[in-house]
Amino acid sequence: MSLQVADPQAAGAGRRAGFLLDVLRERKAAVIGLSIIVFFIVLSLVAPYISPHSATAQTCAVYAPPSLHHWLGCDDGGIDMLSEIMQGGRISLLVGFAATLVAMVIGGGVGIGSGYFGGWLDALLMRITDYLLVIPDLVFMMVIADVWGASLFHVIMVIGILEWTTTARIIRAQVLSVRERVYIKRTKGLGASNARIIWRHILPQVGPLLIANTVLTVAIAIYLETALAFLGLEDPSVTTWGTILEHAFNRTAVSSGAWWAIVPDGFVIALVIVGCFLFGQAIEDALNPRLKVSHFSMRRWQLRPLVGRGPGAI
Amino acid sequence: MHRADYVIKRGFFALVTVFVAITINFFLFRVLPGSAVTDLSRVPHATPQLRRALTVEFGLDRPKWEQYLLYLRNLLHGNMGISFAYQQPVSHLLIADLKNTIPMVTVGTFASIVVGVVSGVLSAQRRGSVPDHISTNIAIFAYAFPTQWLGLMLLILFAGILPAGGMENQFLLTPEPFWQHLGDITTHMILPAATLMLTAYGSFTLVVRSSMLETMGEDYVLTARAKGLSDRLIVWRHAVRNALLPMVTLIALSLGYIVGGALLIEVIFSWPGIGLGMFTAIGQRDYPMLQGGFLILTFSVILLNFIADLVYFRLDPRISE
Repeated sequence: MSLQVADPQAAGAGRRAGFLLDVLRERKAAVIGLSIIVFFIVLSLVAPYISPHSATAQTCAVYAPPSLHHWLGCDDGGIDMLSEIMQGGRISLLVGFAATLVAMVIGGGVGIGSGYFGGWLDALLMRITDYLLVIPDLVFMMVIADVWGASLFHVIMVIGILEWTTTARIIRAQVLSVRERVYIKRTKGLGASNARIIWRHILPQVGPLLIANTVLTVAIAIYLETALAFLGLEDPSVTTWGTILEHAFNRTAVSSGAWWAIVPDGFVIALVIVGCFLFGQAIEDALNPRLKVSHFSMRRWQLRPLVGRGPGAI
Repeated sequence: MHRADYVIKRGFFALVTVFVAITINFFLFRVLPGSAVTDLSRVPHATPQLRRALTVEFGLDRPKWEQYLLYLRNLLHGNMGISFAYQQPVSHLLIADLKNTIPMVTVGTFASIVVGVVSGVLSAQRRGSVPDHISTNIAIFAYAFPTQWLGLMLLILFAGILPAGGMENQFLLTPEPFWQHLGDITTHMILPAATLMLTAYGSFTLVVRSSMLETMGEDYVLTARAKGLSDRLIVWRHAVRNALLPMVTLIALSLGYIVGGALLIEVIFSWPGIGLGMFTAIGQRDYPMLQGGFLILTFSVILLNFIADLVYFRLDPRISE
């Protein structure tokens, strides 16, 4: 599992890779975000080899506090928390990336189809998107996941088929503007098929935006997985960052004072989400020309001391 | 476009969304195989008469399309079936739950808006300073921490100081005077509402900050400064008013997120609201209750969205052009 899994359109990317490198070179936040993501991906890949104890068998006392042998203490079953968090990360990241892949295929498809073809298809797809945007997603997921039954696959599918709406809208807006550009019209005039125009000319243009959305959606998917797990809708046989919190809550970690069964897990989840947020946001900012205008106006404001108001003014 | 046209258009959209939600709800539960999910009349321990009555009311022995029409008609009369777990009408149970949910969510959301606006404006005012960085980073992390984790943290930090669960002290045998009762509910509400505030305020802060930065570059702010107005007057009377426009959209968009967060919060603090009701329904395989809860929460979000549309239109009539 790697980042490329979540990016189905890896083709024709010479310029796009250059763009990403530029973003990384110019923005510190992007570097920090990407480092966090890569760190956790590598960690989950090597977790079985480096985790200090078993993630399923009892190796210490129930709710044993952190010690030299068990850095993060133990949970209600006497399982080492550090090993459990490493193991949980594997599944949590898998859910995050797999659900995002589903969401990006649907969202990218709907956005491109809707923006490129327009007409009744656009009207229909955008109405569906609008309705899904309004319906509260966690509640909807909870209902579907319950009717389908608790399993890892269902959790992935439920998140994937409901979290594509924002992506579809953003991609559609971008495709609408790309479609009207002269080189697309000329290509069409030369007799290129729709499929070829979309694949060779539209996709590379919306690629960076799609990557930004992918990264942001991974964060949302991981967040939603913890929520569904907390509601008891995750497969009871797997360990994820979400089920660790659920077990801690249901098995009296709070009243036992076992903060170590709760605190580190939350920080790990938050760190991954912040990493995705920083990286995705950095790409989006780099793509958005409007932000440059506002930066410009800010510079104007920093001239204010010339007006004689001192450095404390705004 | 005229004002009335805009209102009608948005109202029509809201109505269609409600209809779509109802239809999804019907198909999710009725068209799936498995009679435990599809058969509304299989209320455990029910008398044969009640089963008969439910079968006739919802047309469970008729074709699906007829069931769908009957379902719509029953919904219009507020009939959502009988809860499997409590053997009482779902609508009565859910409305009682909703009455507990609304105050907590309202207080929490309002608090998050106030905190979000104030910290966002102050951050923008001191752009690039240490307090700005601290506040922005806290906001990003508050947004990133799972809701249930924040709730558990508050539980750990305030264990013993504030009540940890429920909505009122259930061990008082004599009825309390009204004010005391209100005080009791308020102390129980602090932790759930604070958790909701923490989960929701982060995105508000970030949006208010960036929208303030944009507004501060506008010419009318320069004019205000040229007139010699004080900083506070410029920020709070001139800039904030315009910078808050995106907030209305953001609040409307966040409603679904807030409802989801409130659901988790009710589970953590055993707040007897609609979220806890739905969570219990999952454990008890109480499908009519789950279905009803989903509909009521969706209706509420759609209604509030519609109101937000109208508020936005009132604040900025240009959008209908």
